[in-house]
Amino acid sequence: MAVDIAAAEIVDLARTPLRDLNQRLHDLAGTADGPRSWRIVNPSGMHNIACGLDADVDVVIEGHAGYYCAGMNKLARVRVTGNAGQGLAENMMSGRVTVDGNASQAAGATAHGGLIHIRGDASARCGISLKGAAIVVEGSVGHMSAFMAQTGVIIVLGDAGEALGDSMYETHIYVRGTAAGLGADVVEKELRDFHRGEVGGLLADAGITGVDVSDLRRYGSARQLYNFKIDNTY
Amino acid sequence: MCGIVGLFCKSDAIADHLGDHLSRMLVQMNDRGPDSAGVAVYRDPAPAGSCKLTLQHEDPGYDFETLAAGLARAFGGEADVTRRATHAVLVVAADAADAQAYVRAHHPEVRVMSVGSVIEIYKETGLPSAFAERFSLGDIRGTHALGHTRMATESRVTTLGSHPFSTGLDVCLVHNGSLSNHNDLRRKLRREGIEFHTENDTEVAAGYLTWRLREGDSLHDALMHCLDDLDGFYTFAIGTADGFAVFRDPIACKPAVMAETDDWVAMSSEFRAIAVLPGAENARIWEPAPATPYIWEGARV
Repeated sequence: MAVDIAAAEIVDLARTPLRDLNQRLHDLAGTADGPRSWRIVNPSGMHNIACGLDADVDVVIEGHAGYYCAGMNKLARVRVTGNAGQGLAENMMSGRVTVDGNASQAAGATAHGGLIHIRGDASARCGISLKGAAIVVEGSVGHMSAFMAQTGVIIVLGDAGEALGDSMYETHIYVRGTAAGLGADVVEKELRDFHRGEVGGLLADAGITGVDVSDLRRYGSARQLYNFKIDNTY
Repeated sequence: MCGIVGLFCKSDAIADHLGDHLSRMLVQMNDRGPDSAGVAVYRDPAPAGSCKLTLQHEDPGYDFETLAAGLARAFGGEADVTRRATHAVLVVAADAADAQAYVRAHHPEVRVMSVGSVIEIYKETGLPSAFAERFSLGDIRGTHALGHTRMATESRVTTLGSHPFSTGLDVCLVHNGSLSNHNDLRRKLRREGIEFHTENDTEVAAGYLTWRLREGDSLHDALMHCLDDLDGFYTFAIGTADGFAVFRDPIACKPAVMAETDDWVAMSSEFRAIAVLPGAENARIWEPAPATPYIWEGARV
């Protein structure tokens, strides 16, 4: 995802209202007109930066982003060079979101497609209710990550917090380190060739090398909560 | 929403500019809490045998000197007054509980913000950035501090409904979240002799901690008891005479991020408030786990 820095459209959020920036980015949808490469400077932890994009463009946010950065993203490649706040790439449909630092709670919540790549740690509820996107976290994830996750893939190269995958459906969860605890109905499953291929492909896509995919453990649903059981009632 | 910031100094370089750092952190939390703002700063210990009170009156011209003279007559010695906008810090040669009882009995028009030997609490309604300027936070030196910006959900926007809440000598609490069993708990705590001055839920959490600490709990144990008795959601930051603590409920949906360098430990609702600190780019950064007390002590007060 090389970005032609020299040719990039530069927007300084210390001078430009955020709504103006987001409107300009929205205006790129469905047209080949307008800059294809953007640099956003002085983001200063503002919320809702580069939300709702629907165009094949590169956006680099130089610094820290606040809540819901790149939320609902479609097609665009968005990179945050610092840390990102809650709800990173929430409900993303496609494209790619990269964070060089850490991401706060609920990164990739309900995301349907595309790749979310976090180079640092993600905190609580990473990939909550995931609906098909791939999330690659090079560091660790916090408690209740992949809570009720439905489909898609979560790869964690560090550790996972308590209650990993609680009440999950068919998301594939891979952890290289240790999980502090597994959520309800989560079990470790065999890592077969298909899964090694799946992990290897996503790591390659994220540009991550030097990982032996056989070091990862796979977790999934025991599928015991799928059907009503009278014993589960209170 | 609400915003919380906390800063614990590990070096003189940071302590010398505590108020300036605190002020810049607080302003980053403007949008999270435009209704009111407040800070607790720990500094300038009162001499042995004396105590320190922070008092507030809505009229910045209020005659705190006469009040101080009354305290001096009642307890002996001199009562020193330092004004800061609508607040005044009084150092009195008396036991803290006695001095507080005197003020409440003789000057019901004055609000007692904090009592102890090192704590000072300042809080008012209005935008946090305006508060920081009005109270000249920038010139404050000290060892550690907490700040809060409030977006009111649970009770009225008033000075007394603002955070931090004093929870006993040199202890205070700021809160992001809301409690749903505060009416019931307030009634129970009143039977234990805990006083309340507002209908605010956070004041009940503060009173709860006061009660647990009075019953002999360590700060760690008092916080763990919150898990049993507080119904609701919360990220707490607690200031003590020589440190601060951070505690989140078991679900931990209210945000909190922490960072540490050789010079400081900081917490905030969002990283943007930590990013303004010197050396933040190389800090160790993490989000506190749920139901786990994080406590820093040993400030060089």
